[in-house]
Amino acid sequence: MYSEKVLDHFRNPRNVGKIENPDGVGKVGNPVCGDVMVMYLKIKEDVIEDARFETFGCGAAIATSSMATELIKGKTIEEARQISNNAVAEALDGLPPVKMHCSVLAEEGIKAAIEDYLQKKKEQ
Amino acid sequence: MIYLDYNATTPCDKRVVEAMLPFFQEKFGNPSSLYYLGQEAKNAIEETRERIARFIGARKEEIIFTSGGTEANNLAIRGTIEALKKKGNHLITSSIEHHSVLKVFQSLEKEGFEVTYLPVNDAGQLDPDTLQKSIRPSTILISIMQANNETGVIEPIKELASLAQTKGIVFHTDAVQTMGKIPIKVKDLGVSLLSASAHKFYGPKGIGFLYLRKGTPLSPQIRGGEHERRKRAGTENVPAIVGMGKATEIAAGEMEAETKKVETLRNTLEEGLLSTIPEIEVVSQKAPRLFNTSLILVKDVEGESMLLNLDFEGIEVSSGSACTSGSLEPSHVLLACGYPHEIAHGSIRFSLGKFNTAEEINQVLEVFPKIVEKLRKISPFGKSEVH
Ligand code: FES
Repeated sequence: MYSEKVLDHFRNPRNVGKIENPDGVGKVGNPVCGDVMVMYLKIKEDVIEDARFETFGCGAAIATSSMATELIKGKTIEEARQISNNAVAEALDGLPPVKMHCSVLAEEGIKAAIEDYLQKKKEQ
Repeated sequence: MIYLDYNATTPCDKRVVEAMLPFFQEKFGNPSSLYYLGQEAKNAIEETRERIARFIGARKEEIIFTSGGTEANNLAIRGTIEALKKKGNHLITSSIEHHSVLKVFQSLEKEGFEVTYLPVNDAGQLDPDTLQKSIRPSTILISIMQANNETGVIEPIKELASLAQTKGIVFHTDAVQTMGKIPIKVKDLGVSLLSASAHKFYGPKGIGFLYLRKGTPLSPQIRGGEHERRKRAGTENVPAIVGMGKATEIAAGEMEAETKKVETLRNTLEEGLLSTIPEIEVVSQKAPRLFNTSLILVKDVEGESMLLNLDFEGIEVSSGSACTSGSLEPSHVLLACGYPHEIAHGSIRFSLGKFNTAEEINQVLEVFPKIVEKLRKISPFGKSEVH
C-alpha cells in the first residue's frame, strides 16, 4: 500500500534525533490517531541549517517526518513555512488516502518549530 | 516467510485440499438433485455434518452450514431476535466481541433494542456476577465469545451460559477462535447457539457453521430454497463443506499434540521477548488463554511501524494500533481492558499455528528486539527531556 519512496524513508529515516541547543522546537500531536512528532531546527540568519525529528507514529508518519526535514534544509524560514502536507506527500510519490492525515503532522511540525524560533527571537 | 498471524487465517492443510479437489469437477452435483451425482454430493456434506456434530457433542440436525463465522454470528443474533422480539427487547453482549457481533448489536440498537455491553476486568475476563446483574425480565439473548481473537483470553462460558439457562434466555457463543483449538462440547458449555469458521483451523475460507440447539427458535436470514432445514437457503458450497469436514477430522485426531507443540513455541517466544526487551508487557499473561496467542505491548513505539519492520524481515503479524485499523481507532479490546490509547497504540499480536517451527521463533527473537530498539530511537518518548 505504500510507495517505494515512503518505504525507503521509513526504513532509513533521514535526520533522526535531537539537535543540541536548537533554535526552534515544535511538538505536535495528531488528533486523529494520537501520534506525536517533535521537530528540531538549527537556524542561522533565517535559513534552516539543520533539521531533525523524533516521531511516534505509523510508517507514513515516520516517512513524512523524514521527508519534511529533507525538504526544509537549506530553505529560508519563509520558504519552509509554505510547505504544505500535500507537498510532503507528493515528494514521497503519494500516500494512501487513509494516511494523508499523517502528513499533516509534518507540516504542522515545521510550522510549530519556526513559530518557536520567531518567538524566541522576539524575546531576545 | 514466517507466518505468525494464525488468528487472522490459517493455510489449508494439504489433506483438506486433497479432500476438496474431487468436488470441483467430478463430484460436482447439486446436493438438492435426486439423481446419483446429486446424492453423492449430498452424502458428502451430510458426512461433514455428522463429523462436526460428533466433534462438538451435538446432533447432526443441529448443524447449519454458513458462508463463514461472520454469517454464522449474524444469523445467530438476528435470527434469534427476529424469532423472539415479541418476548422482550433487551440484549446482552460484551465490549470485547469481534466486529461481526458488535456491529450487529450496534445496528439493533438503532432499530430500538436495548443492548448492554458487559465490561471486562484488566485481564480481559468477564465476570458472571456482572452478567447476572444485567439480566432483566425483558432479556431475550446473550452473546459472549468463547475466546478473544486479540488477547486469546478464554471466557467462562459454562458459568455465563448457566445463568442464561436458569432464566430460559438464549445464549450464543462465538467460537471462531476456539473451534479446532480446544475441545468443545456444547452440552457441557450449555449454549444454545455456537458459531465457527473453517479457515481458522486449516480449512478453506468462505465456510463455517452455526450450531443451533434443537428447539431453539431461529428465523432464517437468507431465504430461498429448502436447504439446511429451511434455516439457511442457498446451494451448499460442497467442496468447502467437505474441506471443513476434513479439517475437523484432522483436528479431532491431532489437536492435543499440536497444542503442546505450539504452546511450547509461544512460551519460548514470550519468555525470550520479555527477557531481551525492556518495558514490554504480555497482555493477560496470567489469565486462561489460548495456547497460540501472544499480545505484546511495547512502550513508546507504534504498532504499524513494528509490523512493517517485521514484514521487511519476512515476519507477518498484526497490530491493534489505531494506525493499522482503517478506522484509525485503536483496538476496542485493549481499551475495554482499561489500557489507555497510547499503550494500545504499541500492540503487536503474534498468533502461532501448527506449521511454525522453533527456528522461526528464534528468528523472531533475533530480529524483533533490534526493531524495537531502532523505533525507540526515532520515538520522542522514553527520553526524559521532551516529556
Ligand atoms: S500517524 Fe497514525 S495513522 Fe499515521
